[in-house]
Amino acid sequence: MNLKLKIWRQKNANDKGAFESYDVSDVSPDMSFLEMLDVLNEDLSRDGKDPVHFDHDCREGICGMCSLYINGKPHGPKDAVTTCQLHMRSFKDGDIIVIEPWRASAFPVHKDLVVDRSSFDRIIQAGGYVNVNTGGVPDANEIAIPKTIADQAMDAAQCIGCGACVAACKNASAMLFTAAKVSQLALLPQGQTERHTRVERMVAQMEEEGFGNCTNTGACSAVCPKEIGQEHIARLNREYIGAKAASDNV
Amino acid sequence: MALDSKIPEGPLADKWTSHKFKSKLVNPANKRKYDIIVVGTGLAGASAAASFGELGYNVKSFCFQDSPRRAHSIAAQGGINAAKNYQNDGDSVFRLFYDTIKGGDYRGREANIHRLAEVSVNIIDQCVAQGVPFARDYGGLLDNRSFGGAQVSRTFYARGQTGQQLLLGAYSALSRQVATGKVKLYARTEMLDVVIIDGQARGIVTRNLITGEIESHSAHAVVLATGGYGNVFFLSTNAMGSNVTAAWRAHKKGAFFGNPCYTQIHPTCIPVSGDHQSKLTLMSESLRNDGRIWVPKEAVKGLKAADAAKIAEEDRDYYLERKYPAFGNLVPRDVASRNAKQMCDAGKGVGATGLAVFLDFSDAIKRDGLETIKGKYGNLFDMYQQITGDNPYEMPMMIYPAVHYTMGGLWVDYNLMTSVPGLYAAGEANFSDHGANRLGASALMQGLADGYFVLPYTIGDYLANMPYDKIPTDHEAFQTAEKEVKDRIQKLLSINGTKTVDDFHKELGHIMWEHCGMARNAEGLKLAKEKIKALREEFWKNVKVLGDNEEMNMSLEKANRVADFIELGELMVDDAFNRRESCGGHFREESQTPEGEALRIDDEFSYVAAWEYQGEGQDAKLHKEELEFENVKLTQRSYK
Amino acid sequence: MSWFTQSISGTIGKKLLMSLTGLFLILFLVIHLAGNLQLLAGDGGKAFNIYAYNMAHNPLIKFVSYGNFFFILVHIIDGIILTRQNKSARKVKYAVSTNDSKSSWASKNMALLGIIILVFIIAHLAGFWYKFKNGSLADVVYDGVTYPNGYEVVSFAFSQPLYAGFYVICMVFLGFHLSHGFSSAFQTLGLNHKKYTPFIKKLGVLYSILVAAGFAIIPIVMYLKG
Repeated sequence: MNLKLKIWRQKNANDKGAFESYDVSDVSPDMSFLEMLDVLNEDLSRDGKDPVHFDHDCREGICGMCSLYINGKPHGPKDAVTTCQLHMRSFKDGDIIVIEPWRASAFPVHKDLVVDRSSFDRIIQAGGYVNVNTGGVPDANEIAIPKTIADQAMDAAQCIGCGACVAACKNASAMLFTAAKVSQLALLPQGQTERHTRVERMVAQMEEEGFGNCTNTGACSAVCPKEIGQEHIARLNREYIGAKAASDNV
Repeated sequence: MALDSKIPEGPLADKWTSHKFKSKLVNPANKRKYDIIVVGTGLAGASAAASFGELGYNVKSFCFQDSPRRAHSIAAQGGINAAKNYQNDGDSVFRLFYDTIKGGDYRGREANIHRLAEVSVNIIDQCVAQGVPFARDYGGLLDNRSFGGAQVSRTFYARGQTGQQLLLGAYSALSRQVATGKVKLYARTEMLDVVIIDGQARGIVTRNLITGEIESHSAHAVVLATGGYGNVFFLSTNAMGSNVTAAWRAHKKGAFFGNPCYTQIHPTCIPVSGDHQSKLTLMSESLRNDGRIWVPKEAVKGLKAADAAKIAEEDRDYYLERKYPAFGNLVPRDVASRNAKQMCDAGKGVGATGLAVFLDFSDAIKRDGLETIKGKYGNLFDMYQQITGDNPYEMPMMIYPAVHYTMGGLWVDYNLMTSVPGLYAAGEANFSDHGANRLGASALMQGLADGYFVLPYTIGDYLANMPYDKIPTDHEAFQTAEKEVKDRIQKLLSINGTKTVDDFHKELGHIMWEHCGMARNAEGLKLAKEKIKALREEFWKNVKVLGDNEEMNMSLEKANRVADFIELGELMVDDAFNRRESCGGHFREESQTPEGEALRIDDEFSYVAAWEYQGEGQDAKLHKEELEFENVKLTQRSYK
Repeated sequence: MSWFTQSISGTIGKKLLMSLTGLFLILFLVIHLAGNLQLLAGDGGKAFNIYAYNMAHNPLIKFVSYGNFFFILVHIIDGIILTRQNKSARKVKYAVSTNDSKSSWASKNMALLGIIILVFIIAHLAGFWYKFKNGSLADVVYDGVTYPNGYEVVSFAFSQPLYAGFYVICMVFLGFHLSHGFSSAFQTLGLNHKKYTPFIKKLGVLYSILVAAGFAIIPIVMYLKG
């Protein structure tokens, strides 16, 4: 099939950037979306033009590096998949595809479609861990964890940190990302000791990074490749309110 | 230079304990005087950097991705082995050791592997304490499954995303150290050279992938945890960015490369669909627990999965069940892969390309019901359908082997130190624990063992003998290395040829897969060597790399990596040529049993091949580390 | 109480204020509607006028009404701050607007709906509340007691098609605002449970329809009655 692409091009963080149009032909429905871009880039390179820069790595939907806001939706039209797992059979001949980078003040553009998501790392650094050193920990089976709790924690822990939640949210809020980690550790017994401090610090860092506020539209869960649900944001709210009311941190 | 593996004296089970006791310690107050560089943030790198930080060392941690959490360890699906014996089914440290050394076709080091089995139990404890949500049974205790042909259930897992959960655990420990300031993180930064001063590794040269800036970093020791080199085949299950550059540049600076030809080909991957293919997707090996592998007895050209049902039961060849009645579809990876290739070579392959075999769940669905199968493999089936467009609930999957893991890597001694003092290699980047074939669920175990429980001990022993003095990065050795890196980049940018980097990479991949893939022979390897040499020459005359250094430039990044892959490819071919036996993932057609199984030649090849770089265009020099087996008896692996 | 101000000025704190004030207003609307429905009693406004008088002279109700104004104010100011922050969290907009069928229109347009409702409230206060308050109403006598005749003002207003139409349309917007606000308030409080949340969501929709329809039916009936 033949497609028309409108892709955001921006030389670097200081460049203003603009859309450019490209025609790609003979696209096979078995190609992944990123392979279609590979083909475009090979053609551009042969013509001596700068290839389109985009983030990607594992190409099996788990590393969270690929992004792309495709025709108004992070990771494209299919639910519960990342861009790298999106295949061209989801499009049809003659389609116009508009590709934009994630847009958020907390995700500045590096180049073309590549954005800086280090704000996510800093949110985790603020408290997304259990304070244990290597060694000196109890036997793994010392604490039984009910299967339902472990399963819920796993639901949250599946977050791949891609940032689609922020990209989809009309407020560019990072609540779902933050909630996923807070929720995972709040559910597990290992996370209890630092429960209050963790949520206070992570939310404070999230605010500092300049993400917007959650207005419960649910757009984040709708585009999440791992389908992380709104109940985790509710748990984050609960944890935060509880921590603010009860913690010793004045 | 003679190879000294530094394996401790004493009985196997006591070696590690006595070695830890004999290792020198660095006084807690002095640890802050030492700087350690860790390159790579996968399981080995992140866990090592975090553990060093906890001990009090100053750590600099590097990754080329935008965040440490992206490292390709994240993609491991199946699980992690540990000799916990929670299932009371006869597992033990010795059995895990035995299975690993046998699985590696007796080409691994006894002492290393036993240590791995010993610390495996600590890894699970550590991960659970970090909040890794492993699967649990209804009583709330940890669940295990049997994996990759093991006779005991010793694999811990977190749905089909065990690697992800373990990596996020290590990443969280790393993040904690970043927050304390003990670890400084350099994301989107690629190591391009190691700096050696007075015979010791004292730093690295990096390129900032956003600005192109070339920078030097000085330290007292350098750890490379930079993963495997499967992407030398262009198509593999590795991440697109996985590369050999850090390890290769270290090799060129004196680190020996161990067993480069040992490559693992994973049997259950989604077949190639066309020339546009950029990578191969692995389907978890756990599928073989319920799926039955078959091809038609009589070749049917272009047989589609949708038409598989038309082949009558008696016209199907369930070849693994036929040839290996004891293990059936659960034979080790190398055996399963080789048999798939044999079937396809015999023209019985299915699908449009004829390079695929069926993995059929219809019997399992009949036996256990659709819901049970959905519960076990639902996400894998969905992924398969997403990629291929075929529905595996209604028709068999098509699978074909793909390069998955490289057992070879930088040669290291028992302390995980390479042949360059102060330069360490951990995880998939070293050669040490898997022999000639890695068992399922063992890679995660090794990565975390190296990072959490081995390096923190062994690096202290080295540093305890080091002066505190820091070497400034304006030292001439750093300046020289920086200049070399810059010159090379300038050279790549100035060629302005006609072929893209990917053109060369694909060509290299074809050569490697054809002649140094699942089956190798002397003739093919000789041919491959010639082809690679020619390819290298052409690369440096005719590659087209666009843009400048002083910007984000992915075509330059790739060019740097592919240039190294080409050189590595030649060494792999040399190693495969030298090893005239078959063992594990290395199958030399000249050395097989009458039934077509891999045939080892123990009296000639029971050694680790460690290759020393001899300069541009020169053949590498072979050093042999003889393998001694005192605790296991070498037998022909049999899964019949 | 630095921790307290810091808590409520944070992202979740501000949402908490929206939620709590919103929930209060949700309750207020029920009581307001119950009173207003007496306009339809068909007794020439007797029930409504007596009710309005009693409400205006009960000290507790008076106290609550000040609270009510305060909460409306907090809800508005907080809403403005949140919206401004949300806008600045994405300075460069997407070229293609969100193609998202899963989140409701109302949830994405709460600020717009809020502004419309604010305009309505101002008109409503100027049209009725102000007149009721400063005693510019005619008197009416029931059973020997004199009451201000608010009913007359209302029935006059709703006899005008534009005025009645404006009310009805505003109530539709109010309904949409409530349809998201109701369940959203619970979510912000952290009350999300797979047993109860589906019920809360349904209740929210039912509430929004009933309240909006209840308020809207008054001008319609009164207009038709003439």
